[in-house]
Amino acid sequence: MKAFVENILDVAKLKGVPYADIRIVRRQNEEIEVKNGKVEALIHDEDVGFGIRILFQGAWGFACSSKVTKREMEAVFAKALKIAKASSKVKGIEIMLPSSSPVIDQYRTPVSIDPFDIAPETKLNLLLHADEIIRRNKKVKISEAFMGSYKTEKIFASTEGSYVDQEIVECGAGIAATAIEGSEVQVRSYPNSFRGNFATQGYEWIEKLGLQTEAERMAEEASQLLSAKPCPSKITTLILDHSQLALQIHESIGHPIELDRILGTEASYAGTSFLKPEMVGRFRYGSELVNIFADATQPGGLGTFGYDDEGIKAQRVPIIFKGILANLLTSRETAHHLGKESNGTMRADGWNRIPLIRMTNINLEPGDWTLEQMIADTEDGLFLTTNRSWSIDDKRINFQFGTEIGWEIKGGKLGEMVKNPTYTGITPNFWNSCDAIANRDHWQMWGTPNCGKGEPGQVAHVGHGAAPARFRNVQVGVMK
Amino acid sequence: MTGKEAFLRLLKNMVQESPADQTEAILLTEDSSLTRFADSAVHQHVAEVNQTLILRVVWGKRIAVVTTNTFQPSSIKKILQKANSLAKVQHPNDEFISLPGPRPIPRIGTFSKNIRRLTPNGKVKTIKDILTLVKKGGLKASGAFSNGEVEVAVVNSLGVDAYQKFSDLFLHLIVENDKSSGYASFVSRDPDQLNVDALAQEAISKTSKEEPFQIEPGEYEVILEPYAVSELLSFLGYLGFHALAVQEGRSFFSNRFGEKMADEKVTIYDDGLDPEGLQVPFDFEGIPKRKVVFFDRGVAKEVTYDSFTGGREGKESTGHGLIAPNTAGPIPINLFMKAGESSLEEMIRSVRKGIYVTRFHYTNVVEPMNTVITGMTRDGTFLIEEGEIKRPIKNLRFTESILKALSQVTAISRDRKVCSEGTVYSRRFVTGTVVPAIKVEGFNFSGVSAL
Repeated sequence: MKAFVENILDVAKLKGVPYADIRIVRRQNEEIEVKNGKVEALIHDEDVGFGIRILFQGAWGFACSSKVTKREMEAVFAKALKIAKASSKVKGIEIMLPSSSPVIDQYRTPVSIDPFDIAPETKLNLLLHADEIIRRNKKVKISEAFMGSYKTEKIFASTEGSYVDQEIVECGAGIAATAIEGSEVQVRSYPNSFRGNFATQGYEWIEKLGLQTEAERMAEEASQLLSAKPCPSKITTLILDHSQLALQIHESIGHPIELDRILGTEASYAGTSFLKPEMVGRFRYGSELVNIFADATQPGGLGTFGYDDEGIKAQRVPIIFKGILANLLTSRETAHHLGKESNGTMRADGWNRIPLIRMTNINLEPGDWTLEQMIADTEDGLFLTTNRSWSIDDKRINFQFGTEIGWEIKGGKLGEMVKNPTYTGITPNFWNSCDAIANRDHWQMWGTPNCGKGEPGQVAHVGHGAAPARFRNVQVGVMK
Repeated sequence: MTGKEAFLRLLKNMVQESPADQTEAILLTEDSSLTRFADSAVHQHVAEVNQTLILRVVWGKRIAVVTTNTFQPSSIKKILQKANSLAKVQHPNDEFISLPGPRPIPRIGTFSKNIRRLTPNGKVKTIKDILTLVKKGGLKASGAFSNGEVEVAVVNSLGVDAYQKFSDLFLHLIVENDKSSGYASFVSRDPDQLNVDALAQEAISKTSKEEPFQIEPGEYEVILEPYAVSELLSFLGYLGFHALAVQEGRSFFSNRFGEKMADEKVTIYDDGLDPEGLQVPFDFEGIPKRKVVFFDRGVAKEVTYDSFTGGREGKESTGHGLIAPNTAGPIPINLFMKAGESSLEEMIRSVRKGIYVTRFHYTNVVEPMNTVITGMTRDGTFLIEEGEIKRPIKNLRFTESILKALSQVTAISRDRKVCSEGTVYSRRFVTGTVVPAIKVEGFNFSGVSAL
């Protein structure tokens, strides 16, 4: 394979291309879905191909193919060059890549047990057992269990002399109980909604999740929700559990800090951002307690890797420091807007997509509180957990989230369960209202395996570390 | 592209060589390109060639699926072995009856050779033409222009043998100044249908030099353009227009067939064969598409089936099977809403005070059984007063039940539009909804986007 790569980079140099890179990516996925005691999906997916990115006459061209042969690479190179030439006729500011020292290295996700070494029967039995426990509750009409194992092997090489070989291993699992009575449908999921929690770890991660241990509680809570009282509509104090807070970070911090969105290059699809490059170092994003890092080196994080898809080493970067915006997520092309070098966030969803600025692990640093202290210190409010719905505008200002379950807080104690909880807010106002964050003992990594961006669509796997946190004066119970 | 004969030969060989009780093989190819522009410049321009094989094997009632894009005639045996070894460790699914048998496939044309005119240079020239029009209005543009050729073949061991070649293009455009933005989009199988001037003018007409003002959230009469209506229908399709959701008791249709759930002006159906939409002759099980009417003059009528959900009830598939293993259900992908009798201008003239919505953004489900969704307005939100579009307003968040909105429809436009988001995250297979604009009394806006 290395000979193919060297050949095509030599071709690029001979053609006078100032910069070219090639990525060869092989992905294996194994997914199992169990529903109501039946294995609805048992699938193995293998996908191989390469993509060539060319910078020519100040414009990008990209082409790719699933046929990994020397001849096809040459044809794809020619197509990418043709595309770059065409694009250069309607280019904006000439794209310049700052010089970069070549990197030759390897990275492997450290795993104890390769998830692909575990027999499918073992995985099926684990899921079927958890599913069976859920179905013991008669109000639960749909029981579900999911497990996914993913392995990505990728080579990145560039005309600058970089050659990076990586293997990223990920896995995750989850269960869900759906209770139905008349027109009432309520769901409880563990450890998180939308298929569970995911990490760059081996099967040891799955073994630690405790799906069977939590199955009964999920079923019970789903059935209790059927007769729970509706979430009240008011402005109140909100405590978010770390899984919901992870998505709050994702939508209202992770996406707005992507410099490509800020510069408008995602305007036609996902939108832009309320942030501007000149706000770095000045803008008060949140209260003094809010400290956010983008950390691609976080062990086990779903956004953890060795190098990004431009060959930039994984980094830990302060994004918000004591509430002030300190940095943005950048690429080689965009970093100069901040007078900086790339902080290594360019990733592509496979061989057939170009790299875009993507979140790595966007983590909220822990505070000093215990969750118990936080609740005891709250006279009136709501405690919400596990995301059910999310929505935010194209500039990432106005958000609305729904969670699976909530509890009232009255006089410093958890009170009655509430169903269909929702809350809404304005991004900086919300983060500035944060007055308590739980400590390291409550802090946990959450994997978001479904982060969408770009055209053609790309799905990124990203992570968020969070501990429960408290926010004041939040509108809850939207549309009541 | 591979071609019909080679395609079917490869799949038939695979099915014949499979030792499983039943075998289904699907082959998809894609040769596509997408050109993105932002800030009135092309910034991303990509091309892809790919082929994907999806193999479903059945041993008794044990089913497994293997997907790969690396296959040669010499590697067929290995792929079959992988699928069959997975199936053998599978647990039986007692509700599975059988893969479907063959049915006659309607012969319709879904490919235009003109698609090949969309070369990198050709597309960049089209974009340049748009940018010139936009610049005249003192505006900047962003968008995406994509074209593709797709082949789909489905063969199974019961005799299903279906092949179709598709062409498609879509172009969506956002134009903006520092005060406002406007949107327009186009989708078709034939590039000759693209009218760049009209598309640009549509987007430009939604912009304003006036600062948008903020109105209080609350219930307003609304006119929803087809882009917004399309979003509402797509959510209904996902939440409840299919048999799996009904069988699991999580559809808004559950136990309500025959009931009037929407205004009598509302008729919604799925029809893969209607030439007004993006036609698709058969589903991913090789079964011909049948028209399915969900709401007939407001009354809940029927839902879509694939072979699995049909088998559960002893019914035939309606031709809505998606790629195996499909655990989401036979979600309809060719939705239509019946046209009304009004012109858009008449609808606007009939509003005393209301809001005009071009499109929604980032919508999501809040309460599935009540079809409550939330999302933002985007790229052209206006206040209507005394029958006229008066001024632009800041984007609003809505939180509303789709069924409630459809029960309060007071007018429907006679013109319909094909709306499509193009490809979304998975394999390229461009479909679209065909929808009119609607006027709704009492639509709930729950917030406003403003710092």
